[in-house]
Amino acid sequence: MQTFDLEAQGLRDLNTTLQAQSKETNQTKWEIVNAKGSHAIAVGLDAPIEVNVMGSTGYYCAGMNKQATVRVHGSAGPGVAENMMSGTVIIEGDASQYAGATAHGGTLVIKGNASSRCGISMKGIDIIVHGNIGHMSAFMAQSGNMVVCGDAGDALGDSLYEARLFVRGSVKSLGADCIEKEMRPEHIEILKDLLERGECDAKPEEFKRYGSARKLYNFNIDNAY
Amino acid sequence: MCGIVGLFLKDPSLESRLGDMLTDMLITMTDRGPDSAGIAIYRDETPGRVKMTVQSDTPDDDFAQLDTELGSSIGKSITMRVIDTHAVLDIPSDSVTTARAALGTIRPNVRVMSYGETLEIYKEVGLPKDVAARFELSKMHGTHGIGHTRMATESAVTTMGAHPFNTGADQCLVHNGSLSNHNALRRKLRREGVHIETMNDTEVGAAYLTWRMQNGATLGEALQSSLDDLDGFFTFVVGTKDGFGVVRDPIACKPAVMAETDQYVAFGSEYRALVNLPGIEQARVWEPEPATVYFWSHNAAPTATEKAA
Repeated sequence: MQTFDLEAQGLRDLNTTLQAQSKETNQTKWEIVNAKGSHAIAVGLDAPIEVNVMGSTGYYCAGMNKQATVRVHGSAGPGVAENMMSGTVIIEGDASQYAGATAHGGTLVIKGNASSRCGISMKGIDIIVHGNIGHMSAFMAQSGNMVVCGDAGDALGDSLYEARLFVRGSVKSLGADCIEKEMRPEHIEILKDLLERGECDAKPEEFKRYGSARKLYNFNIDNAY
Repeated sequence: MCGIVGLFLKDPSLESRLGDMLTDMLITMTDRGPDSAGIAIYRDETPGRVKMTVQSDTPDDDFAQLDTELGSSIGKSITMRVIDTHAVLDIPSDSVTTARAALGTIRPNVRVMSYGETLEIYKEVGLPKDVAARFELSKMHGTHGIGHTRMATESAVTTMGAHPFNTGADQCLVHNGSLSNHNALRRKLRREGVHIETMNDTEVGAAYLTWRMQNGATLGEALQSSLDDLDGFFTFVVGTKDGFGVVRDPIACKPAVMAETDQYVAFGSEYRALVNLPGIEQARVWEPEPATVYFWSHNAAPTATEKAA
């Protein structure tokens, strides 16, 4: 276990050190202390290492992640795991706005609530939220899965392309072109796997599925203002 | 950008440390707003007296004999504390209007930062740490306070463009965001007779709340109607004589984090601003909901009233 004191050693040193780890590194476990809400902690990682952030983080924690597992033992500020490509990011507390935005892959688990615009323009990431999510979540989402064990805010999945949205609780309102869809056996299977990976014991049968009505794909004069 | 902080104490034993805690929070928010900084602090009520905080770019000239000249002009006893470019005038409650009018004649270059029974506002252009040092903010005690670090996105970097803005007796406001309908609203409010000094959007927001309250709205109602009448992005933190409140616009683009313990309620644009507060590890920390008015008062229970659809 490598311990890194962010307050003593600084952010640039932290990210340089973590980004320098190779696929074959022996230093696979890292603990970051004195996070104190700092921005851009553990960004741009590209090695199968495990990073534990002790405390809450500021903007863009674990952004652009590849391969690494980053666990935040606290809450995360805006833009956590933004543009993640692969790997896993787990937030033990809440996440602020646009968690997992534009991410192409990997898994983001939020044990608390996520704020507005969660998974905005997601492009392949799997997001599992144990609590609630805020308004405009999965806006223009293109691919991947979003699982919400609590409630969803206004305009869920507005202008959605192809992502699957599973919500257990209530949905305040659906955005344009987002509709409820049938839960078929294959979706139960997908959801079962997602919940397992999300360290969540909710039952897949309790969820509803939402997706794109695909009416915005082609030009239609009725869609114009 | 801009940074906002606020601290409302429930535990009186922390009152001697209010300035110190707020200053730390304010300086932490420097990279959100290095252009100017300000703080509003509530303290030391004297029955029958009102405090008017004034500012001058040439304090040596303007504050010389100001208390005696203003006092003799209105025929009342006035005392004065000078702190750097600011001075706090202590005025009998029934003479505030006449004193303000007289001040405009005696010292036309002096600007009024705030008035109220407990409110004092200190704000200047410059880095938050320099502004805090000039006014020795860390030594100030009080019951609650709010602060602001400004990154100017429109209108000039001046003392008058710095926050907090005084919006009525003992009321003030800090803002993170940008209002898009402030020009139209400024014209409308001016037609209604509201005095607006700068081209700053926040001053219009502040003037709007004052105008609503002058027309009978409570602060809570004024904040609620701001959700309909102000267009753009805003997180507002407001202070009153005995409380402080928070409201974010329905889109809620601008960041906000709150923390509550048995000892205090704290607000920060980012969690970083809160990390040195006592007991923050055990605090309830959350992000205020959009279009929702939150308010804490020493005289009432906390409220969170969601805007009607």
